Amino acid sequence: MTDQTPALRLENIVKTFPGVRALGGVSFEVFPGEVHALMGENGAGKSTLMKVLGGIYQPEEGRIFVEEVQTVMTSPLQAKAKGVMFIHQELSLAEELSVAENVYLGELPRKSFGRVDWARLYAQTDEILDRLKVSFNARTRVGDLSIANQQMVEIARALTVEAKAVIFDEPTASLTDAEKVVLFDVISDLRADGVGIVYISHRMEEIFKITDRISVLRDGEYRGTLVTAETDEDEITQMMIGRSLDLSRNAAPVEVGEVALRVEGLSCGDLFQDVSFELRQGEVVGFYGLVGAGRTEIAETLFGLRTPSSGRIFLKDEELKISSPIEAIGHGISLVPESRKEQGLILGMNCRDNITLPQVDDMTAGPFVADGAEVAIFDQYRDRLQIKTPSWRTSVGSLSGGNQQKIVIGKWLAMRPDVLIVDEPTRGIDVGSKSEIHNLLRDLAAQGYAVMVISSEMPEVLHVSDRIIAMYHGRIMRKFGVGEVTEDSLVQAISGIGGDGQAA
Amino acid sequence: MTKPTLSGLIKNGAIWGFIVLELIFFSVAGHFWSMSESAFMDFGNMLLLLKQSAPIGIIAVGMTVIMINGNIDLSVGATYALSAVVMLDSMSWPIFAGLGDWVIPVAWLLALLTGVTLGLINGLIVWKTGVDAFIVTLGAMLGYRGLVFMYNGEQPTYHLNWTMVDIAEANVLGLETPSLVLIAVVVIVWLLMTRTVHGRNAYAIGDNREAAVNAGIRVGPHMLLNFALIGFLSALSAVAFYSASGSVNPNDGTLFELWAITAVVLGGTKLTGGSGSIIGTFGGVIAIQLLRKGLGYIGADTETVNLVIGTILIAVLFLDKQLNRKGQEELKV
Amino acid sequence: MTDSRAKALGGLLARQGILVAFVLFMVGFALWNPRFIGIDNVFGVIRSSAILGVMALGVTFVVIGGNLDLSVGSMMSFSAIVVLDLHENPAFGPALAIPAMFAMTMALGALIGFLVGYLKLNSLIVTLGMLSAIHGLTLAYSGGQNMDIANQQATWFGVFGRGTVAGVPIPVLMFGGLALILAVILAKTPFGRKVYAVGGNGTAATFSGIPRARVVFMTYLISSFCVATAGLIQASRTMGAQNTVGQGMELEVLAAVILGGASLLGGSGTVFKTVIGVLILGFIQNGLLLAGLQFYAQFVVTWVIIILAVWLDIAAKRGRLWSPIA
Repeated sequence: MTDQTPALRLENIVKTFPGVRALGGVSFEVFPGEVHALMGENGAGKSTLMKVLGGIYQPEEGRIFVEEVQTVMTSPLQAKAKGVMFIHQELSLAEELSVAENVYLGELPRKSFGRVDWARLYAQTDEILDRLKVSFNARTRVGDLSIANQQMVEIARALTVEAKAVIFDEPTASLTDAEKVVLFDVISDLRADGVGIVYISHRMEEIFKITDRISVLRDGEYRGTLVTAETDEDEITQMMIGRSLDLSRNAAPVEVGEVALRVEGLSCGDLFQDVSFELRQGEVVGFYGLVGAGRTEIAETLFGLRTPSSGRIFLKDEELKISSPIEAIGHGISLVPESRKEQGLILGMNCRDNITLPQVDDMTAGPFVADGAEVAIFDQYRDRLQIKTPSWRTSVGSLSGGNQQKIVIGKWLAMRPDVLIVDEPTRGIDVGSKSEIHNLLRDLAAQGYAVMVISSEMPEVLHVSDRIIAMYHGRIMRKFGVGEVTEDSLVQAISGIGGDGQAA
Repeated sequence: MTKPTLSGLIKNGAIWGFIVLELIFFSVAGHFWSMSESAFMDFGNMLLLLKQSAPIGIIAVGMTVIMINGNIDLSVGATYALSAVVMLDSMSWPIFAGLGDWVIPVAWLLALLTGVTLGLINGLIVWKTGVDAFIVTLGAMLGYRGLVFMYNGEQPTYHLNWTMVDIAEANVLGLETPSLVLIAVVVIVWLLMTRTVHGRNAYAIGDNREAAVNAGIRVGPHMLLNFALIGFLSALSAVAFYSASGSVNPNDGTLFELWAITAVVLGGTKLTGGSGSIIGTFGGVIAIQLLRKGLGYIGADTETVNLVIGTILIAVLFLDKQLNRKGQEELKV
Repeated sequence: MTDSRAKALGGLLARQGILVAFVLFMVGFALWNPRFIGIDNVFGVIRSSAILGVMALGVTFVVIGGNLDLSVGSMMSFSAIVVLDLHENPAFGPALAIPAMFAMTMALGALIGFLVGYLKLNSLIVTLGMLSAIHGLTLAYSGGQNMDIANQQATWFGVFGRGTVAGVPIPVLMFGGLALILAVILAKTPFGRKVYAVGGNGTAATFSGIPRARVVFMTYLISSFCVATAGLIQASRTMGAQNTVGQGMELEVLAAVILGGASLLGGSGTVFKTVIGVLILGFIQNGLLLAGLQFYAQFVVTWVIIILAVWLDIAAKRGRLWSPIA
């Protein structure tokens, strides 16, 4: 392939954000007719790289070439004009409009007086849809389509121009197996047409099924490129995770106390079914699985944000009905939610007020909020979690991601919970804060807290957890006891292979 | 332009179902309580209803466009009044003295120009400053109304021109001029929104602004054009109404913005933009006017209309919410 | 000027710009015409702003909580008509009319609070519907008639609108007193903190165990209390009222709140800033009149000021003057 001109080539791309080097000199290329996987853990820099390619971010260093012509990307539109198309994980469609209007969004064919040339629009769109072998037509309203079909509309959009390179960002995250087959057919058609394809995914089986080569990113650094046919999962995992994993901590004896939380046969509609587990004082239990496996929903149910359709929840052997976060908090359950900015913080509020928010009713002198007591709590958790902020008056919106996350954790530690649930503890924060938070979670367990950690990052889950529960499609696939876990078995369990009988 | 779906049909059909219900109710109830001899569904009565719907109706069509686009305009009532003042006052300006009845089209043109200008001002501010349309047009509502009062104090502005009155009360197939203007506006703007690139882009912007921007649709010019359109329609509404009456009070048009929004929401347009139809709004306008007339017809106090319309508006919102619920599994936030 | 200095200045203007503008405006006018800051003139302005101001205090809570209230104008008409009617009713008299009117007005506020807070309906449409419905209710209640107190000499009812204490008009005292109490509630109590949290980020507030629905409900109850107070002042001052007396005030009230710097998105604003917003509107009107401009010029000036104020605020936040809209 090397005698060909690459469809798309990146050379030494560097992008930094205040305090974080998001991309440290990434290079890779994709040839026409090649499917090139881009792999890496969450936070490895894949999405930043995509935003650089799409012109949303401008890199400080490095160059981008389309068919060996150097190009400066300034917007997604301009990238499209250069023949670089994106199939986003998050769909960007106008739901009320027809499929055809979405496919040709921004470039509807015109007749005189600014009228839309519907005949041409529908004909062209149907032609593209035929290539995709989909069951809907150009006139269907996008809002009436399934997520998978909406994704097909996004793909159809990429086919309206002579695409030189198409970038698929986790395209199978919300697809069923049957839908995946259709998607892979489309990808092989594109490849046959000589389009260069960049395929971003976590799922090993897919990578081995459809890609030719694999490039790996870790912590914003380019780690190398492998030929798919000549490698195996272990080698890729090694490259993604970097170090040979330190699993020794898992083997260490853990002093666990009583059962703090017990869940029996908990289900919530289609979200998760028949989930049972125990959480003991002094241990960290990691919940690992792909996005959409139902882990976050379990946490939300335990925190009173969802109504379970069946099942029982026991706290220290006392059965509870939890119907609101207020009740959950009252029972000593705390949740550090998945989305820091949307669910965790009031960004316009200062640090102190965010930390004391759940207990503001109790921090009073007469009818008024007791300022002094609040500041004392803030100081205590600032010191304990080493939160770096100029003052308690600083609004949390201006802090770095790591410090914001510490504020959320501080907020819940200040409630002195019996059970602490942490959903994606280190998503989108820098490496330094990451290991601080990992150590903190370990410390908390050592102090006797029962900690439940939900994470999509394998190294994280392996590093902080005593036991690991692997989930797949809303069910517990396998429970790993202390020292039982291996990467292979974990990867298999979350892909729905080799469960211990709980999954259907 | 998309294939009709069941849920879409229920939604779009709801307002017409409601109108039919109103007609049946008032016809039957009128049988028992009405003091009037004539039947409610009398043809002449219906024509009158259409004419009475025109002032709010024409504005509501513009409001639909603005709301589909994801904005709102609170200044339409003031624009309406100011355009009317310009129209009636300009007819007695000395420079037009020699024009005879040709002053009429000139005055109309000036009124429409006023409306378009006021709309453009709003649109430009929204576009260039990035201040929310709600705030921009809230300010304009005060400002434009201030201009109306500065023009002639608290005195009415009037100018009676019998030729103009004749034109305004002209009758084609039983339809008077305001009704014809309303129907024409509904048809033309419906075509604009369903058939043209501008209309479809306006939907796309209201539906998913980021996607529209990424697809290269220029949001600003589309918004500007739509604000110019609603300014034009507010002025057109004034032209249609005041050509006949010949006299405008400085407080005329107060609360028109709220009535127009009510009609638009009843007609099924989403507050968040991206969805809605001109025809639905037309239904909303008719439904409100029908209610107003019907309650009068069965001898209810006309005051009851406000109470009923307010209640219906909230009930519609409530039903819409219930129909769109995702069920038990929903996150409770 | 260096970039950071420009930013610092921008930040200061964003935070206190409206106050700075107000002070400059007052100083300028005072230099030009000392009568402008004479005690009589100042009290006159505040007294005539009191009704709008009292309503704006309540709406401040609603807006900080992330909602809108377009029903305050017609609700004020309702409370004025009701209190006058009950006053004339021998079974009530002034002493009972006032608490009865407060109860009825706050029942309406509770209804709105229920619809927006507990049923989570869009506040713009709910209060738009209530604007219409309450107007209808008022007309039905009054039979379409205006209300007057027949024997104005025989009642102490006029004290709320016309009385003075130590030379200070009672409406001014009520406005000031209520502003003080509400300022303390908003800034110093757990409830006030929750209003900011719910308006700033309703989802995060729920995830923090804040009862969002109850907090929203309470903001509407406070708003209706303020409206009832405004209605009382209005009715007492004129000893009679048209049933459209508050018509159109909802948007002027909102203008004052926004002028004070509260964001329509919720989560920001203070009672103090709203008072400044109200006073700016009042003093502009007064200043322009003293300057010989006609009364209605104030509306045009208000328009320009509102847009400038909000524009500069968001320009400072995004770090550039013109919007990035293509």
